[in-house]
Amino acid sequence: MLGLARQLWRNGVVGINKRNADYILVHNRRKFFPLVDDKLLTKEIAEKVGINVPTLYGKIEFPHEVRSFSSIIANRADFVVKPAQGSGGDGILVVVGRMGEYFRLADGSMINERDMAFHLNNALAGTFSLGGQPDKVLVEYRVDFDPIFADITYRGVPDIRIVVFLGVPVMAMVRLPTRMSRGKANLHQGAIGAGVAIPTGRTLTAVLKNSVVSEHPDTNNPVMDVEIPSWDVLLDMAARSCDLTHLGYQGIDIVLDKVRGPLLLELNARPGLNIQIANREGLRHRLELVEARVGDLKSASDRVEFAKTNFSPKPISG
Amino acid sequence: MNNRHLYILAAVLSIIGAGVFLYKAYWLDLPLHPEGKVENWEVQTKVTFDARDGPAKVVLFIPRNEAPFTIVDQNFVSEGYGLTTASKGVNRRAMFSIRSATGVQTLYYRFIVNRSTFRGPTAAAPEPEYTKPSFDEMRLAAAQGIIRNITPESADDDTFVRLLLKRLTAPVPDDNTAVLLGGSSTMLRRVRVARQILALAGIRARTVSGVQLVKANKKAALTHWLEAYIGGSWQGYAPQTETYAVPANFLPWWRGTGTLAFVDGGMFLKTSLSVAAASAPALRTALVVGKAKDRSLLDFSMFTLPLNTQLVYKIILTVPLGVFFLTILRNVIGLRTMGTFMPILIAIAFRETQVLWGVILFSAVISIGLLARLYLENLRLLVVPRLSCVLIIVVLSMAAISVISNQLGLQRGLSVSLFPMVILTMTVERMSIIWDERGAGEMLRQGLGSIIIAIIAYFIMVNPYAEHMALIFPELLLILLAGNLLIGRYSGFRLLDLPRFRVLAGRSS
Repeated sequence: MLGLARQLWRNGVVGINKRNADYILVHNRRKFFPLVDDKLLTKEIAEKVGINVPTLYGKIEFPHEVRSFSSIIANRADFVVKPAQGSGGDGILVVVGRMGEYFRLADGSMINERDMAFHLNNALAGTFSLGGQPDKVLVEYRVDFDPIFADITYRGVPDIRIVVFLGVPVMAMVRLPTRMSRGKANLHQGAIGAGVAIPTGRTLTAVLKNSVVSEHPDTNNPVMDVEIPSWDVLLDMAARSCDLTHLGYQGIDIVLDKVRGPLLLELNARPGLNIQIANREGLRHRLELVEARVGDLKSASDRVEFAKTNFSPKPISG
Repeated sequence: MNNRHLYILAAVLSIIGAGVFLYKAYWLDLPLHPEGKVENWEVQTKVTFDARDGPAKVVLFIPRNEAPFTIVDQNFVSEGYGLTTASKGVNRRAMFSIRSATGVQTLYYRFIVNRSTFRGPTAAAPEPEYTKPSFDEMRLAAAQGIIRNITPESADDDTFVRLLLKRLTAPVPDDNTAVLLGGSSTMLRRVRVARQILALAGIRARTVSGVQLVKANKKAALTHWLEAYIGGSWQGYAPQTETYAVPANFLPWWRGTGTLAFVDGGMFLKTSLSVAAASAPALRTALVVGKAKDRSLLDFSMFTLPLNTQLVYKIILTVPLGVFFLTILRNVIGLRTMGTFMPILIAIAFRETQVLWGVILFSAVISIGLLARLYLENLRLLVVPRLSCVLIIVVLSMAAISVISNQLGLQRGLSVSLFPMVILTMTVERMSIIWDERGAGEMLRQGLGSIIIAIIAYFIMVNPYAEHMALIFPELLLILLAGNLLIGRYSGFRLLDLPRFRVLAGRSS
């Protein structure tokens, strides 16, 4: 047991306590949390600095506004309903089509208008928010995702998570929905995460729950060596995101739209640690390098350059 | 980040805690072990009333030494009141008097009683006077009816008393008994009726009022039993027991009619009693001797608090121990629990219900609540009304469980009333969301995990050793605080991180 711990430490694996005590508590001031916990606020500030986000169709803040839902969606056939403070992807409905009073969801099921109103009311009352406090609901553009990941995705929208430390993108992965995750890009619900080489933007092996896999469990296609288009744009978004939120240690989630390119989906003040398994590499050595050298890095492009030169993948052999 | 500040703080706290502890344990000789068998009890009586802006007088019965009980220490707290004690008949009474009193008055009387294991022979008593029963016509006929029924079945006075008590305490009273009890079924009423019937039958008897000496009872009630003058001495009969033998922990307080206290010149008199196993002789001596050595420290100890406050603190002071255990589980081992402190709250609830029964109640109420929640899901209710509905169903099922278990003769079912229902409701809600989003398996796992943790925390907190140490040496909590501070900055792996990241334990390329 102790030997295992020592080996993990040597490999630079960061545990939950280490992440919380030495990175989140030290570099993320609580007063900036609402900015990332509330997706509406994130969207507003991102637009202000010119980072692309999925277009907001409308928002619902109070139960009586639920009636205005039909005017928000107007004639749109597809859209996404998202609680502003939802955690872990809970409460998100992806509507892909409409048929009379029915909405067709991404997983193929159908709900009617009353079900939708019930869902909205629940979301407003805080069913899906972190502490159960009252919430807001966003209705936004449904990403028409870039077919680059089509072979290694089971329904849903794959997204790219980049962990950013002091403005330097330190590690990245693509989160690919599976049948088990019911189309959601959340690792703890069963989505797989494929590591991404920071210098090239090419995918590495993936993690399913806590084990390493090299094929998508539903499509059986290899997940390795897919090149993420406009990778430099993504790195630039990641590097600039910290000026947005003032959080030293954060995760940024980006989706690739067929037409609009990379869009910022959300930011996360407590990004998960499975990204280490996806990359088969510990975070600590990279984080320590950034801590030591961050003083020399003035601009976002400096930080991207620094990341690209220093963070070539060095996967641990299983 | 530099943790030196934290280490210094933790060290200082530990040194203070350990220092005070060692000083108390070795210099003041406070005992390190809880006493085994308790033969000392502390009984506290609190009398309150509203004074009528004038002279007031309160008369309070006080117990007397009577084998096997000895009053080893007693004191009265009654500021501004004159106090006299006097014997009247077989009873002793204390009289508090004051020339002028306004507003709510509070008087305390507390004593420590010791029960010796040696039981002397029952002393012969002088022949008591005969008191005529005061029955009206209908009751007289009923009493005579009972006597006619019992007499042929009884062999002597002793069996007569037993048969009479059996009748009076039958779950379904016959007509005569019902007339005599007149709709009131308190033990006092039954004992009084028994005394009067015995008087009618020519057996002299009296009611005895007293308290039951138990380990801890913050709201003790008076208990009543009967004494009959048979064969030249008083024999006790307790209708509360199967054999009518008076339990050894019934402390007689006063005999005959009359209430514990009455007031002249005031109204709304209220009395309340609390009973607790008194600190053991070793501790008591230590406190007396220790006080001579270091007055100031012990004057500010938990022992100067009123008894029922001490009992509450006995519970409160062990809670940090349970919480510390939870901290270790969560931050060092890495277990997830439903809610941060919920298992501890459940553990505290187990104190009232005992573990086995607590777990049964918990599971039953949660299951009913979950079923209700599942059903309500179909009705599409908004969150707060839905929570209220679940709460009502939780309350109703708690009540139903109590009634049913009482019918089945399970006393424990009644303790449910103190089970925190709001916690149960929130648990139901939390579990059903986990069910929705993570599946029934995950829900069962988390629920079961929380119960297991609650059970362990319960056993940690009710451990007599832990209770003793926490109450007598509360400064040890400073060491616990230091421990929590250190865990708060522990950045090593959690035990469950290890299997999770096992695949990363290979050689780095």
